[in-house]
Amino acid sequence: MDNILLITRDFSFYYGPVQALKAVNLDIEKFKITALIGPSGCGKSTFLRSLNRMNDIIPGTRVEGKVMLEGMDIYAKDVDVVDLRRRVGMVFQKSNPFPKTIFDNVAYGLRIQGERNRSVLIQRVEESLKDAALWDEVKDRLDQSALDLSGGQQQRLCIARALAVRPEILLMDEPASALDPIATQKVEELLFQLKQDYTIVIVTHNMQQAARVSDYTAFFYMGELVEFGQTQQVFTDPKLKRTEEYITGRFG
Amino acid sequence: MKIKRRTIEEKAGFALLRAAAFLIIGVILFLLFDILSKGADVLSWEFISQKPAKGMTAGGIWPAIAGTFWVSLITVVFAVPVGMAAAVYLNEYATQGRLVRIVRLAIRNLSGVPSIVYGLFGFGFFVLSLNLGLSTLSAGLTLGLLTLPWTITASEEALKTVPRSYREGALALGATPWQTIRTNVLPYAVPGMLTGAILGLARAAGETAPILFTGVAFFWPLLPAFPKVLFSQFMALPYHLFIMSTQHHEIAKVRPLAYGTAAVLIALVVLMNFMAVFIRYRFRKKFKRV
Repeated sequence: MDNILLITRDFSFYYGPVQALKAVNLDIEKFKITALIGPSGCGKSTFLRSLNRMNDIIPGTRVEGKVMLEGMDIYAKDVDVVDLRRRVGMVFQKSNPFPKTIFDNVAYGLRIQGERNRSVLIQRVEESLKDAALWDEVKDRLDQSALDLSGGQQQRLCIARALAVRPEILLMDEPASALDPIATQKVEELLFQLKQDYTIVIVTHNMQQAARVSDYTAFFYMGELVEFGQTQQVFTDPKLKRTEEYITGRFG
Repeated sequence: MKIKRRTIEEKAGFALLRAAAFLIIGVILFLLFDILSKGADVLSWEFISQKPAKGMTAGGIWPAIAGTFWVSLITVVFAVPVGMAAAVYLNEYATQGRLVRIVRLAIRNLSGVPSIVYGLFGFGFFVLSLNLGLSTLSAGLTLGLLTLPWTITASEEALKTVPRSYREGALALGATPWQTIRTNVLPYAVPGMLTGAILGLARAAGETAPILFTGVAFFWPLLPAFPKVLFSQFMALPYHLFIMSTQHHEIAKVRPLAYGTAAVLIALVVLMNFMAVFIRYRFRKKFKRV
């Protein structure tokens, strides 16, 4: 199993007294897209945000079990969470460009790492915007505010910003849920491109999207990982009745 | 009949509400008119730029303006950084628990302490204990303490207007908490923080009681140059006004001068308030696009 990049073992998560995740065991394969699906409140977003410890900033939370990134327990005491987040990037549901120029948005992650070399920044910004399929639309206005971009462009800018620090894993929390169909299609096409170089974990409410883009699908229900397998199998021949009911739209 | 009665009630109610609102405008207009009309005769460039003369029955109020300026400057230099730092700590770093609740309670209570108490504290602490003497420094620090609750509260409000997604976005890119605050929170909160600081200062500049014990002088026509000015006594507009209107024996002669002083003081405060409004306006415009 050399191609497994990240595994969780009996991973539980608590918001105060409320248990949001119950002993989740999941393997994430390298250079594949793993989709997390399930009804609202099932814990899929909590799980996603646990993989780069973004839940740390919420007071009163705690974890049990392990999340191992290439053999490193990311919740161990000696782990530098800043380093972890550079390896595990994240794109949020609502695009969140900073009120800076397009260039400064993409260069942000590099600059906080101390990169000052102008030509390195210029090169990396261009690469990242190309990887995010946004370069052609913005190459002539890199010094304009990122807030002037359209919604779909803003989300691709956020993807470019995450790519600029060269993470190994890209976590995406419903990246297309606020976009129109055409912008959604662009993001989905982008995912196919990206999985050649990145491992992607994506939360989605959209069943067709999960079926279209992902290689593996994990179905969460009430904090538990109910079913996990190849997307093809989960969608055509689910092992559990509850999974079938959810993906066919009988509940959730 | 019933409908009619309801209409009357409605109209009377609104009339009362409207009267209350107009009362405020009425008071400020009357105040301004009264002060300006009675002080207009003495207002001139000489009044602003010259020292008092002939036992304060003639001349200008320049030393009082300069004294108020120096004291206000010390107030700002002390209160703004400390207030901002405290607000950043409370809002961004501190675990929201008992300690933070106690600090907030202390801040709220500080804002309710009468200014004369600040004056006595400043006298005991800055003038005597720290041995800063009767000076602009003692007075400025005392006024700084007085404005701290305002500065902290306004700074916290400004920090809260910065969307959470800016913080999360930066953290997710591998920024440390301090990098996040410095590059992606503070730049968007500083204008709001300054607005609060200016409003606090505008109040402090008009205070008399806190400077009464800490360094203001009846007559101190010449302030030394920096840095000696920090340890010098001084004149100040609000105290000068108090002297001119209650403590001078030639009331008839100094009355116009008192009104002139009041006009200058009010103009100063209004100017500061306009500055605050202007900064806040620019700030809002910038954020509307988010």
